[in-house]
Amino acid sequence: MATTASTDAVPGFRGTYFGRIKNAIISIMEGMSVTLGYLLQRPITIQYPDRTPKPVKDTLPERYRGILELDMKTCTACLACERACPIGCIKIEVVKDKETKKRYITRFDIDIAKCMYCGLCVDPCPGGAIRHTNEFEGSTSDVQYLVRRFVPPGERIEPAKPKKKEKEEAGAEGS
Amino acid sequence: MERLADYIVYNLPFLQQIPRVIVDLIIMLFFATCMLLFWVALFAGITSWVERRVAGRIQSRIGPNRVGPQGFLQWIADGLKCFLKEDFVPAAADKKLFLLAPYIVFAGMFAVFVVVPFGDGLIISNLNIGIFYVLAISSLVVVGILMSGWSSNNKWSLLGGMRSAAQIVSYEIPVSLAILPVILLTGSLGMQDIIRAQGPYPWQWFAFHNPFTFIAFFIFFIGALAEGNRTPFDIPEAESELVAGYNTEYSGMRFVFFFFAEWANLYIIAALTVTLFLGGWNTPAHLYTNLFGLLHRSVDVAGTFVFILKSLFLVFVIIWIRWTLPRLRVDQMMDVCWKYFVPFSFANIVGTIIWMVLADAAPVLGYVRYILFVVGLMVPLAIAMKITRNFRLAKSEIHLNPFI
Ligand code: SF4
Ligand code: SF4
Repeated sequence: MATTASTDAVPGFRGTYFGRIKNAIISIMEGMSVTLGYLLQRPITIQYPDRTPKPVKDTLPERYRGILELDMKTCTACLACERACPIGCIKIEVVKDKETKKRYITRFDIDIAKCMYCGLCVDPCPGGAIRHTNEFEGSTSDVQYLVRRFVPPGERIEPAKPKKKEKEEAGAEGS
Repeated sequence: MERLADYIVYNLPFLQQIPRVIVDLIIMLFFATCMLLFWVALFAGITSWVERRVAGRIQSRIGPNRVGPQGFLQWIADGLKCFLKEDFVPAAADKKLFLLAPYIVFAGMFAVFVVVPFGDGLIISNLNIGIFYVLAISSLVVVGILMSGWSSNNKWSLLGGMRSAAQIVSYEIPVSLAILPVILLTGSLGMQDIIRAQGPYPWQWFAFHNPFTFIAFFIFFIGALAEGNRTPFDIPEAESELVAGYNTEYSGMRFVFFFFAEWANLYIIAALTVTLFLGGWNTPAHLYTNLFGLLHRSVDVAGTFVFILKSLFLVFVIIWIRWTLPRLRVDQMMDVCWKYFVPFSFANIVGTIIWMVLADAAPVLGYVRYILFVVGLMVPLAIAMKITRNFRLAKSEIHLNPFI
């Protein structure tokens, strides 16, 4: 049927009257056997999220760059990550207590909505405090919920003391 | 149907006081409603789900499988959704025609069920002009489609309606002409007579009766697809060109009516093909008595089962064709009809007449049906071989379990 007179411009579709009928029959049968073959095969659909054999999170590669996570216990508030981020999605505020001469982190926000998962903030971190997880399901009802606040507003957290040994370890761990 | 009415009136004396016409009318309405609710609606709904599942598997997807077990209730969800939608009428539409059109399409489709047989004695009305009635009444669908296309006041709808009219009117000719050989062989237009003239075994079917009916079978089947606006002849509703064709402007329940008619039409195409060419409800007598001897003789359960099974298989083939072949262009569609089908169907009629005369003179020709049956058997065999080859080449594995 696909081989009719008006398709003469298409090479290979030319032919005699009965030749075209033969072509049509053969090509239709060929096509129908291909589709029936696929009908008999297993579909390749992965039924994310609820009907996968393993949760998709567990099947991700080890160095997968997912949503950033921060370990406040090791963060030294060196601001290296804030400086490294090319789009400025990390906002850190550090205040110095005038009497005790101690520094405190009053704000550590990572705007996941802006983050492009480049990993540039992870590399310079001396203690490996900031790192990627394999978390990738970030959907929320409002984009502002994507700003991860690691210091609850109104609180202040004492940063960790930088240690020489940890610095090397962090280098070995990498991103 | 008349016999049934007689029977009911005879057994319920109080009905005899009411004029017979009214009683008949009420009984007819009752059975039409039953038919609509328990067969047409169910069939159309479930087929819409089956079609999407089959389409999914053909395209290596799964298809709807969330609503109910394996997505089986998807069609109810879809129907409910459309029920709750606004019934929208465009401001510039011809309101009366616009509102009426879906019902005409639906009525044209549903009226065909009057003569669609389900089994021996299971037919709403065994009209003596059965197949002629089908051809006549199904033309009502064109009117409805053209009405909807015209009244929508939308160029996509109008184009769709026009194309549909051109298509259905063109394909009516080869389809009617392809039916003629069968009528010649039967000598009757009644659906049950046509079925009775065939036998239970494939080589007794009209499709394999002689080379001309063999060709007529394919012409009828393909032409019926075109009349039902099914792919590869879905030019009137070509999604990629015309948004949705003649039903672009419809929403809510009226849209459902169009789709309802379309899916119910699948069954009509299949049932008519089975009636005319594939032996209808004929079952070998011994199967009948052995398996269903317990049941009353007048209820041909095995026959009904066989008939519906054949029809459902053809419905599957139609779905399979839809998800295989691309849509034809308008000129190609017309070419297929006028350059290929019409001459061939004329040749079929003449050929069948000559065959009938010759077969009387030379009974040897009766054996041709066995040869044709073997030829017909080659088609599934060839497809099976091609599939095996494709599987071997692609190193894929068969996965038959449809429940994923
Ligand atoms: S991953 Fe890249 S974009 Fe995201 S916070 Fe780190 S440096 Fe910024
Ligand atoms: S997360 Fe790492 S790089 Fe960022 S401020 Fe803390 S210690 Fe410095």
